[in-house]
Amino acid sequence: MDFDSAKLIAAGLAVMGVIGSGIGIGMIFSSFISAVGRNPAAADDVRAMTFIGFALVEALALFALVIAFLILFGISPGA
Amino acid sequence: MASPLEQFEIKPIIPIEIGGVDVSFTNSSLWMTIAVVVAGGTLAIAAGRGAMVPGRLQTVAELFYEFIAGLIKETIGAQGRKYFPIIFTVFAFVLTGNLLGMIPYSFTFTSHIIVTFAMAIVIFIAVTVLGFVKHGMHFFTFFVPPGTPLVMYPLMIPIEILSYLSRPISLAVRLFANMMAGHILLKVIAGFVAAMGVFGILPLALVVALTGLELIIAFLQAYVFTILTCLYINDALHLH
Repeated sequence: MDFDSAKLIAAGLAVMGVIGSGIGIGMIFSSFISAVGRNPAAADDVRAMTFIGFALVEALALFALVIAFLILFGISPGA
Repeated sequence: MASPLEQFEIKPIIPIEIGGVDVSFTNSSLWMTIAVVVAGGTLAIAAGRGAMVPGRLQTVAELFYEFIAGLIKETIGAQGRKYFPIIFTVFAFVLTGNLLGMIPYSFTFTSHIIVTFAMAIVIFIAVTVLGFVKHGMHFFTFFVPPGTPLVMYPLMIPIEILSYLSRPISLAVRLFANMMAGHILLKVIAGFVAAMGVFGILPLALVVALTGLELIIAFLQAYVFTILTCLYINDALHLH
């Protein structure tokens, strides 16, 4: 297999890591919606934590994306 | 067709070289200067008068102050008041940098890992030094979560140390990757607008929606960077 095809396959495999982040973000917002549904008065208290949690989980998706970019654009044959 | 990565190129505007080291004034430095002038100037003009009953502009400045002061009070508590200037500066710098990057033809200096890593490593070293100054050698008890049985120590302590050392990396990569990925996505979809002719209205609608999302992400990433800095300071001051 030549180098460029290997790079493309590797980048595709690396970016599959965002699946976990998709599930995680879905869980965060689903529990936010349930919490607000049960207790609307608590909406402001939980909203701050929701967005912090979202940003932290999204960061992991972006780590996977950064690795994919590094593979695609950052290495040369013989490295 | 230009590559979507060309927007991140650093171009020197005033080439300066001191002793073989390239310290030119680049487009990145230019936009950092613009961010400082915009953030500092807006706050100076808005709050400069210091009226007892604030007008509209002063209320906006007070809103920012209250926001960060409230953040510090809930994460660090009363001891955090002396760290207010650095936390406000970090928030204002990152927020202005992210927002200025949304202007067409501008440069997002927070989309470079070296910029975000420099900020993150400085914050990390400062917070660690703060922890040692405040607690001395007792700081190392931070790596033992309260309530672990003695048998678990050889497993927990390396894991805790590793997760502590990964803080600057995650702080830096979170901001950098969010900004870079957002801008690349915008460029790629915008490239389709011209290529699709009449049907280009669909990628155009998508670009409008993505720009809105990017503005939200700009605020959110600045907020998360700031609140994580506050949480790290809280860890250093209060250990558990």
